[in-house]
Amino acid sequence: MRIILPIPDFPSESGDGTAVAPPSSLTFPPAMRFFEYEAREIVKREGIPVTDYGFVTTADEAREVAARIGGSTVIKSQVLTGGRMKAGGVQFADTPDEAAQHAENILKLEINGHMPRGVLVDPKAAVKQEYYAGVVWDGIRKKPVMLFSDMGGIDIEEVAEKHPDHVGRGHFSNLTEPPEFLAKEVIAQTGVTGSQLQRATPILARLARLFVKYDMTLAEINPLVELEDGKFVALDAHMDMENEARPRQKAILKDLGVADEETREAREATEFEIAGEAVDGMDHRGVAGNVTEFDGNLGLVIGAGGGSLTLFDAVRKYGGKPANYCEIGGNPSVAKACGLAKLVLSKPGVDKIAVMMSIVSNTRVDIVARGVIKACLELNMDPAEKIAIFRIPGAWEDEGYKILDKYGVEYCDRSVSMHQAAKRAVEKIQGDVPTGAAA
Amino acid sequence: MSAVAENLFINVEVDDSAAGDPAIVTKLVDACPVDIFAAGEGGALEIVTGNLDECVLCNLCIAAAPEGTVRVIKLYE
Repeated sequence: MRIILPIPDFPSESGDGTAVAPPSSLTFPPAMRFFEYEAREIVKREGIPVTDYGFVTTADEAREVAARIGGSTVIKSQVLTGGRMKAGGVQFADTPDEAAQHAENILKLEINGHMPRGVLVDPKAAVKQEYYAGVVWDGIRKKPVMLFSDMGGIDIEEVAEKHPDHVGRGHFSNLTEPPEFLAKEVIAQTGVTGSQLQRATPILARLARLFVKYDMTLAEINPLVELEDGKFVALDAHMDMENEARPRQKAILKDLGVADEETREAREATEFEIAGEAVDGMDHRGVAGNVTEFDGNLGLVIGAGGGSLTLFDAVRKYGGKPANYCEIGGNPSVAKACGLAKLVLSKPGVDKIAVMMSIVSNTRVDIVARGVIKACLELNMDPAEKIAIFRIPGAWEDEGYKILDKYGVEYCDRSVSMHQAAKRAVEKIQGDVPTGAAA
Repeated sequence: MSAVAENLFINVEVDDSAAGDPAIVTKLVDACPVDIFAAGEGGALEIVTGNLDECVLCNLCIAAAPEGTVRVIKLYE
């Protein structure tokens, strides 16, 4: 699950009334996901109570675990995708033989294109109340935020939308130990008091600590349940780790058996994305990385010190439909800029590209200008027609603007903000402004 | 294959006196950060046209050769 936090100052609708998703900064960057059985192991290590579950890969092993547990069990497919319950990937068993039968079926069951890694055999808990506990990175505030709800077991997004008074929130610094009192405050926001508050508080606080300790972008327990006997246990957990943190989290990854070659990304890379990696790998100069495919009509050649996310969000804010995301910078060669622009321009459905960056110092404006113009010409396209806007101010900009002038490409300098440039690109692709008109 | 010229933005001209001198050619090859120059048969200068547009306008080639023998031309001016 990806958490989308409500952002008060972000418009929920574009100018034409169509719905606009929140900025992508809350859902980026790409993260490494953990299977449920791994996520549960992580929370267990941090002292959060879990049930006496077992992860198995065969029906016979499922029978053994179910017999050890005794009583009714839940057999859950271990896949890196949602929709397990609907797809039949979660079944209930009253006997070990029934657990084995369910395990055998689930192990053969493909869910959303994913075959299960195994199944988790879990005791069927006597649940008195379901809660939600989560910690997520807030890209806007640049801080982690604790979340708690007394309405667990369902999507937290749905609870936040329909029952906002049932969601408690509290930001904290990831530079210091997350304080337990803050966890208590967050839980208390939902009206939880007494022994429930006392029991849930250390769980949320420990979840916040493991979030920081393991460089997570998301750590959630849903549902966190209160059993009939008053104890709290994590019945399900979901963890996403920042991809860039993998090298320094080798110890935990090794313990969990996560191999170096496992990308654990949300989906397999598309041909377009693989081609993007090839462009980036063509020479050592600069970066044309994180090429990600979307289904819009405005191609993006964007980057520079976080500029990519800002520009991508800005395009969406003004109702534009990005065909891709990417991060270009670090002074790429002309060939690399050309290769990326050609890839984006060749993508079916792309009408124009927007070449935009924040102010650059170590990337040369003229080199990128050469690259994107060369891409157009090599594809027999008119740069003035295909490049909706070129907004890269900074090093060697005067030289770059001479090149853009020669080919009639509309450009703007640092007096035009990234948002204004994105808006301009969207207007041009929507036909509101004639191509080549001055900004 | 595209019919577009390999160099759209930059051209380099080297006088015969420099292009035929293996010592100067070696200096040019060493100086250029984007490999526009190569030593051909007998040490004669070869221009790698596929790299011309990568020229970063550093003028190191101009400094490496006798004055006035190497010219970097911006085709967009």
